[in-house]
This record gives sequence, structure tokens and C-alpha cells, in this order.
Amino acid sequence: MLTYQKTTIALCLAFATTGSVLADEFTDADVQRWQQQFMEVASEGRELWTSPKLGTNGVACAQCHPNAANTHPETYPKFQKQLGKVVPLWQMINWCLKNPLEGQALAADDPKMTALQAYVTYERRGVKLEPGKH
Amino acid sequence: MNTINNSRRNFIKSAGAFAIGSTLPISLVELAFAESSQNFTFAYISDAHIQHIKDNRFVRNWDRGLIRAVAETSLLLPKPDFVMFGGDLAQLGSKPELDHGAEILSALHGNVHYVMGEHDYYLDLGEYWEKLFGPQYYSFDHKGVHFVVLNSIKTYDDWTFKRWPTAEQRMQEMAGLDNPNGSPFMVGEEQRLWLKKDLDKVDKNMPVVVFSHSPLQKIYKGWNFWTEDAEQVQALLKPFKKVSVIYGHVHQIQYNQIGNISFNSVMATAWPWPYPQAYAQAEQYLPKLTVPMNRADPFFERDATGWQFINLANGNADLNFTLYNNSSRIVRYNEKLKRPEDVVYQDEKSRIIPQTHY
Repeated sequence: MLTYQKTTIALCLAFATTGSVLADEFTDADVQRWQQQFMEVASEGRELWTSPKLGTNGVACAQCHPNAANTHPETYPKFQKQLGKVVPLWQMINWCLKNPLEGQALAADDPKMTALQAYVTYERRGVKLEPGKH
Repeated sequence: MNTINNSRRNFIKSAGAFAIGSTLPISLVELAFAESSQNFTFAYISDAHIQHIKDNRFVRNWDRGLIRAVAETSLLLPKPDFVMFGGDLAQLGSKPELDHGAEILSALHGNVHYVMGEHDYYLDLGEYWEKLFGPQYYSFDHKGVHFVVLNSIKTYDDWTFKRWPTAEQRMQEMAGLDNPNGSPFMVGEEQRLWLKKDLDKVDKNMPVVVFSHSPLQKIYKGWNFWTEDAEQVQALLKPFKKVSVIYGHVHQIQYNQIGNISFNSVMATAWPWPYPQAYAQAEQYLPKLTVPMNRADPFFERDATGWQFINLANGNADLNFTLYNNSSRIVRYNEKLKRPEDVVYQDEKSRIIPQTHY
């Protein structure tokens, strides 16, 4: 509790003295940097998407999904009949890794899984969200 | 979850075997010889993409698709006059892949004619394929129809001969459908000159059927659903009364009519591809006439794959799609409207939800 109070005081002081660290103030350079960070991860995702090494049999995601088409990230989470429940996109990606790619599932927060989702979503940019759609 | 999936798969397998044994040959008899004694059928198997892993291992999923097509084709009664293989027998053009594919195809009865696909070609520019299957382009006559086979997946010489340090890399670059380092397909001048000479000898009333791997029409350049010199090839076909172009490569149902030329694609035995409209960033021209195949359900590994037999009634090609996990489709030439049409789904109101692609 004491620590919390100290932090609050410190933050108040910070606000009072230097306006430049306010969270809502960011520059074009910041936006560019963040965008660049995203694009780096998305292009890592593209590498993985086209890689024969992601699974064990040499099959790549892009073989069935050129430009990540027919993955429909805008419809997740959604009900998958064969899994019997509503799942987020990463669970469906893992289904593909295990089955057509005969590989291992990735953890939800594995940087590779983040990259795959970044790529898939980037290729679908501009399409409106339709969660649950079939 | 795995148990459920496995039991589903086994059920599908046995249900499929039952369907083959009990119903398939009977339905074919009626369709094949419905109209006149001149009619004949041929079977069309395409895009097997046999993929070598290493040693004696190949991707099981793709093997199964081709094995099933060969088994079902062998059950056709009456027997088709010949079988076409529409290209992309291999995934990366290697000897083990072409050999393994040829071994599976060896179970077919009768004559087989082959079309070159880019996955067969770009490792050694078709050298080993030619040893197994013969010339890369040729023609033959059968029961009053002139058949032409083109190698439509060639490209600019600079790309083929100068750009890549190794043949393996060249193959890999062309194998990625959506790879921006790829290059547009074309028939090329040499074959167009040959085609002109070949067609000069043919009566203009004789039906002509052209087999190519890529569409001899322009649909979507980004995935090479495209042939760069399509218009020039179409111009050579223009003087003929009845022309059909039948192509593989696209792993989906497409059909179109441009002037006197009917276009039909065939299905893959390996895996289905999305329609280009499913890629939100694409500018594409899927023929308006096409009623798409069903959206594929990945949980059934043979879904949206299959093979077809083609009935050349009155010189027009009618395609009968034998789809492993979907209802069969028939795309037949409509004499009145002079264009191919789906016999069930052509009308907007007849379509079903899975045919909507987005």
C-alpha cells in the first residue's frame, strides 16, 4: 500500500513537471516506429506461412492458402463444428499445424503464433469484422 | 478430439468405398451415352502435387487424392476412350516425385495423355518428364475431334535462364502460387507458330479441344490464373466452329465462354484453392458465368478435390465433376445460349450457401 502511494505521488509529480511523457501524446515518428514493428512481425509471419519447415512433412500454409486467403480472420472467434466449440483463430491455426502440416501446436503466446496471426490479419486488412460468420 | 476426428475419417473412407462400389458406374452409363453413338467420354485427372518428404516418404494426403482418382477412373463403365492427366503431377519436379506419380498412374487402363504443369517443369525444364511421358506439346485426332496439348506454363527467357543461381531455387520460386518473385505463364511464340501450322490442316467444322495447364484466359495475374499470350492463342482458335479449352492449375471449378471458345477448368486431386475474390487485396476477373465450387471444409482432407469425366456430346465438352466429399457437379454446354452452364446451380436462386465465397 505504501509503495502504491509513493508511486502515485511520483506520477503526480511527473505530470506536473514534464508534459511530454503524457500517454496520449505521440508523434508521427512514434506511429511510424510502431507500424514498422508490426510490419516486421507480419513479414516474419509471411516467412513462416511459406516455410516448409513449420510442420514436419514439407507442406507450407501457403500451399492451400495463397496470400492467406480463405482463413477469414475477420470471422473469429467462431463456432467450429468439428471442434464442438467457439475458438479463436490461433486454435484453428494449431489445428492446421497438427493435421495438414503434421507438426506440433504452438503456444498461444509463442512469437511464431503472433507472427502468423499478424500476417493473416494483414492480408485481410480493410475487410469488416464479422465475428461468428460462416 | 482426435478420436472423434479419426472415427469421422474412417466413416468417410468406408462411406466413400461403399459409394464407389455401389453407385458410381451405373450413373456414368446414362450420362456417357445419352445422345448418340458418336459420343465418347474421357476421364481427366489433374494437379496431384505428389510431394517428396525424404527417403521413401511422400505427403500422404496428396498421395491419397491421386490414388483415389485412379481407382475410381478404373471403375468407369463403359470405359473412357482415354485418360488425360492435366499437369502438376509433382510438387517440386524431382525424379522421385515424377516416378512415384507415374507409379500411381500406372494402375490406369488404356491410353493416358499428359499436360505439363509448372511444378513438373521448372527444375529441369521438363527433361525428365519428357523421358517418362513424351513431348511437351502435341496433337492427336480421336473420333472426329482434334485434340491439342500445349505447354502453357513457360515464361520469359530472362526469368527462366538468367535470374536464378540454381535450378532448385527456380523451381521453388515458381512453386509458390502467391510468390511475387514468380513470373506470368505463357505459351510462347515457338508453340504458337507450331499451333498455327497444326490447325491449318484441320477442317474448320471439326471440333477442337485444347488442353493446357494454365487458363488460356486472364483471371488473376497474382496467382497465375492467367496466360500472358491468351488473346493470341484465342485468335488462332477463332476460325473453328466448336472449340473447348480445358485447363488445370486453378484447383477449382471455373467456366466461361469467349466468342466461339468454351473454357472449363478441372479440379485437383491434391487440395482446393480459394477463389481469387477471397483475397481482399486482389484485382481479379473470375468469369461471371462461373458458379463456384463449395467453400472447402479443411476438416475433411479430400473436401473440394476430385476428378472428372468429360462427355463430348456433339463436339462440346460436358464436364462431370466427381467430388469426393461434395455432391457431384455437371457443367454442360447449353446449345441455345451457346455457353457452358451448371445443370443445377446456374440460376442465382438455385445456389447454396457454401457456394458464396468471400
